[in-house]
Amino acid sequence: MKEIRLHGRGGQGVVMASEILAVAFVTEGKYATAFPSFGTERRGAPVRAFLRIDDKPIREITQIYNPDCLLLADPFFQNVADVYDGLKPGGILVMNSQVSVENKPHENVTCLGFVDATRIALEEINRPSTNTCLAGTFAATTRYLNLASIELALENFFNGKALEGNIRCARRGFAEAGIIKF
Amino acid sequence: MGATAGGEIKVLSGNQAAAKAAVLCQPDVVAAYPITPQSEVVEELSKFYAEGALQAEFVEVEGEHSAMSVLIGASSSGGRTFSATSSHGLLSMFEAYFYASTLRLPIVMAHVCRELAAPNTVLCSQQDILTMRDAGWIQIHCASCQEILDSIIMGYRLAEDPDILLPVNICYDGHYLSHFSARVEVPDQTDVVTFLPEKDLRECRLDPDKPMMQAPYLGGKLFTEYRYKHCMAMQNALPEIDYIDGEFQKSFGRSYGGLIEEYRNEDAEIVLVALGSAASTAKAVIDLKRDEGVKVGLVRIRCFRPFPCDRLEKALRGVKAIGVIDRDVCFGWNMGIVFMELRSLLNRSQINLPMVNFIAGLSGADINIENIGRAINDIQQVSRGGSDREVTWLDLE
Amino acid sequence: MKFKTKYPGPWVDIDKTELLTSDVGDWRYRSPEVEKSKCSHCGQCYLYCPTGCIEDKGPYFEANLAFCKGCGICAKVCPIEAIKMTTGGK
Repeated sequence: MKEIRLHGRGGQGVVMASEILAVAFVTEGKYATAFPSFGTERRGAPVRAFLRIDDKPIREITQIYNPDCLLLADPFFQNVADVYDGLKPGGILVMNSQVSVENKPHENVTCLGFVDATRIALEEINRPSTNTCLAGTFAATTRYLNLASIELALENFFNGKALEGNIRCARRGFAEAGIIKF
Repeated sequence: MGATAGGEIKVLSGNQAAAKAAVLCQPDVVAAYPITPQSEVVEELSKFYAEGALQAEFVEVEGEHSAMSVLIGASSSGGRTFSATSSHGLLSMFEAYFYASTLRLPIVMAHVCRELAAPNTVLCSQQDILTMRDAGWIQIHCASCQEILDSIIMGYRLAEDPDILLPVNICYDGHYLSHFSARVEVPDQTDVVTFLPEKDLRECRLDPDKPMMQAPYLGGKLFTEYRYKHCMAMQNALPEIDYIDGEFQKSFGRSYGGLIEEYRNEDAEIVLVALGSAASTAKAVIDLKRDEGVKVGLVRIRCFRPFPCDRLEKALRGVKAIGVIDRDVCFGWNMGIVFMELRSLLNRSQINLPMVNFIAGLSGADINIENIGRAINDIQQVSRGGSDREVTWLDLE
Repeated sequence: MKFKTKYPGPWVDIDKTELLTSDVGDWRYRSPEVEKSKCSHCGQCYLYCPTGCIEDKGPYFEANLAFCKGCGICAKVCPIEAIKMTTGGK
């Protein structure tokens, strides 16, 4: 089983990111669960989402304390120490970063994938919802699932122009990810 | 697999699963008022209604009291009905809620378990529905999104049984299941229709062609007969719930154990008892403890009302100690409600063994692997005579 | 156990008058007497009667004494005082 914890702010689509990934994993025949943890619900408030994936049914219905992978939707979070709580050694970090990342943000990170998701989202869908772009980066960095599954999953959440735009975000998030192995 | 082949795999949240199940059961009237964390059920039902998938009278009401009142009217006329609520919504409709069960109306209502204020909160606990245990409704507790969907279908078959005729609450934890997305197999509409009884076959209905009087004013003796019959109907529900679970397994390939679910309990020396989502997490902890050599088992109470005395007694007889996780408090007894009821059962069955209560998970506090692990350690200690403390408040100590 | 009540829930066939309150006429100590020729057929007594026992007899209104409890509201509301409450009369 893999445990992925997503961090972001209200309005960045972190909760939807976890749901998109869950659907993507299920289309590949896996089991997945995803749920959010809120403080007060408002734009800008910290939001976490918990995603679990496995080849067999998942029984844990609890928050994630020892993630295998972290996904940071907002560049702000990379400097917040709490975000890395419990990250397992050999952990993977997927992040939205405006600048190129060179150093290990935390000792347990052995693989890092970053992309300027905010810019890509603004270019492709005209809003700073970084979720679909980061989903692509997630696939590229972790190799837990295929980009094609994400594109298929997006059909459950968007249609028309919004679907096309978000598919472009996911593809760019995948292709333009800077991946560093430490 | 044994099942009919018509299922479709989707990723649904608990709320979405509840709404989908309601649509599959083809209710005649739906009335519900939104309240966190149930609101998505009402939103989803509106979407289905707008698409034409829900061919029901969707009554917009100004509050939960009205919602239940509408359903009482509709159900009294022979309609199949559905609603959903949570915590203060349940409190708001309480007068009608009690009326619905005592009128013997087969209403099915999804209940999302949420804490009761004060202090102010919208987060999970089972205080709301367990506090309402004596309102005469059947209460089934779910531990997965799939179970929510399946239990609503089974709920209608149970409620509409002529020897039962009682409303059913299908309960699931707020946020931990309501907002929790998981892989769910959605059964085919035709298969659900086949599984459910024909609608509107009830003898007691409001029918202008055959007028009846509903809820007459009655004194002691006659009134008491109806309370007696209600209690009898609750007892009739006990074997029926197990039976319907077996029938569901035959039709759809899934079973939940009926009144209770037992996990690794066959050779267990100590047992953990829990309801809802925490019991699902507990299975993972039990596997970890078993790997360490601890002979621990889980009993998940699915049906809380009627209380499954016989099956619980069988499941708990012969163990050395029991621990109960309560996501609620029983004011006045300084313990949890489930623990209090289990104490009563064991006394009645004359089973004398050490029992310890863990109060945890109030107002959305996470019942996690560590907490459950601690609880199991305590039960083990208690089985060896190590502690005489009855109640541990896991989030405080 | 043998039950006097028929159905599982509190529902009663409409002809089972034993469960319905009837014949409250015994409670009266005064009865309404209508001056039939004076009655203007305005219907106020009919509208106000709490038990709804006043019947339209055509040229006048009159209480059905099987259900009249003798409260006197009809006499009070009659705009031309055509109803008097008298003792006796069953």
